[in-house]
Amino acid sequence: MGYYLAYSALGGGASVATTIALYLLFTGQGEVFNVGRFLEESSPYAWALLGIGLCIGLSVVGAGWGIFITGASILGGGVRAPRIRTKNLISIIFCEVVAIYGVIMAIVFSAKITGVSVENMYSTGNYYTGFALFWGGIAVGLCNLLCGVSVGITGSTAALADAADPSLFVKILIVESGKAEEFS
Amino acid sequence: MEALGFNMSAGYLEGVVRGYKGGLLTQAQYNNLTQCENLEDFRLQLSATDYGNFLANEPLPLSTATIGDKATEKLVAEFNYIRTNAVEPLATFMDYITYSYMIDNVILLTLGTLHERDTHELLERCHPLGVFDTMPALCVATNVEELYHSVIVETPLAPYFQDCLSAQDLDDLNIEIIRNTLYKSYLEDFNNFCQTLPSPTNELMSRILAFEADRRTINITLNSFGTELTKEQRARLFPTIGRLFPEGNNALARAEDVDSVKAAVEHIAEYKAFFDAAEKGLTTTHTDDNDLAAGGAGDADGTSLEDEFYKHEMRINLGSFLQQFQYSVFYSFIRLKEQEIRNLVWIAECIMQDNKERINDYILVN
Repeated sequence: MGYYLAYSALGGGASVATTIALYLLFTGQGEVFNVGRFLEESSPYAWALLGIGLCIGLSVVGAGWGIFITGASILGGGVRAPRIRTKNLISIIFCEVVAIYGVIMAIVFSAKITGVSVENMYSTGNYYTGFALFWGGIAVGLCNLLCGVSVGITGSTAALADAADPSLFVKILIVESGKAEEFS
Repeated sequence: MEALGFNMSAGYLEGVVRGYKGGLLTQAQYNNLTQCENLEDFRLQLSATDYGNFLANEPLPLSTATIGDKATEKLVAEFNYIRTNAVEPLATFMDYITYSYMIDNVILLTLGTLHERDTHELLERCHPLGVFDTMPALCVATNVEELYHSVIVETPLAPYFQDCLSAQDLDDLNIEIIRNTLYKSYLEDFNNFCQTLPSPTNELMSRILAFEADRRTINITLNSFGTELTKEQRARLFPTIGRLFPEGNNALARAEDVDSVKAAVEHIAEYKAFFDAAEKGLTTTHTDDNDLAAGGAGDADGTSLEDEFYKHEMRINLGSFLQQFQYSVFYSFIRLKEQEIRNLVWIAECIMQDNKERINDYILVN
């Protein structure tokens, strides 16, 4: 059911977009949708700040998601094996670290933003800084999102494995921290 | 992808059920139990395990039935805890688990009524997981039509009952046919439901249910030899899922003796191994009161085959704990725990009757 809905929304949206694009093209208004002008006219500040915002925002979403996956399993596993509860806080911390990486990167990015007067704003260097920060921020944000989720899933497995057999804890922890380091 | 959202609704419960599974008795604990001289010792050994003091308030002398009942009570308490905390689709999944017990209870009550047994005694013997409101009314039914309209129509079993309304009166054979028809429809329905669940649940459940269906098919065939069940009737009782379906089922429908059954399942290596093991008599006989097999008790070969089936079932069910973020752990836990209760009753029975040679015939679940 959900799939059909998603597919029809996707298909409908694509055909509407194609129709509008072709209409504009064939009625001689193709210039209305001008990517180059849009990029030139939008402020590099907007790009840079959007990138930094996504960097920190996506990182925190990833961390939160991971903590929720891990937390639910620690709660469940902790019912019959209370000893896992303190040990497995390390998994929560691994997820949390992802958010901190995001914050650090956001700070590093924001150090590149300096005050520029309006008449000097639209220079090549400033465009470069703006777009670089935007894509840099998105890259860091998405990586941290995926990292947070992956660490969360591994953390939840670690919690349940620890509850079943305490000797497994360290082994899974190595996998988990390895993954965390790799992504960041 | 299931890992992303699974824990939202069922992560806690999965952790809990895995915790329950961790509480199953280990080999060492079984060894201790089998060393017991009397049931007092047995109780003492059990109190050191996950069962704790579940027998503490029982008057002496203990009976094996009490041990079984109390252990089942514990299982039911754990099941109910999970069921009350479950949300869809896990809630429906867990309801499906209870349907098989409902079928057993319906059959138990109708059989009991047929043999004019005491109603209250029968109601006590029903499995608590399969209890439904209108159950006591089952005892008054005298034919299938009445049974359906007065009782079954209000239970979730109603759709399964459609197929067996043609049977006219309630006698031993017809009740067995009803049981197997119900179970066939139940297995198919459960399997269909599981296929709507996201992967890996559907894969693991179809493996478990396929084995369950095959086991029933083989058992029905073996037990129908020498009865008045015709081959067409027999073929209608076979579930249309499982690894034997369809060509194995067709061969089994034509089978006339144990050898042709063996030939029919030969293409599946595991099942062939069961028959070989049963033939060699490596495993010893083990009957139990909760026998799922159709018809009466099998011969010596049949029961050891049953043992092999149980062992394989436990292996499959343990396998479902190897994957996370799926529902089949809930089903598997119930099956493992049930086998453990059967083991406890078996060991207690052996201690009672001082039958030490066969005390090790329990089926290890962990």
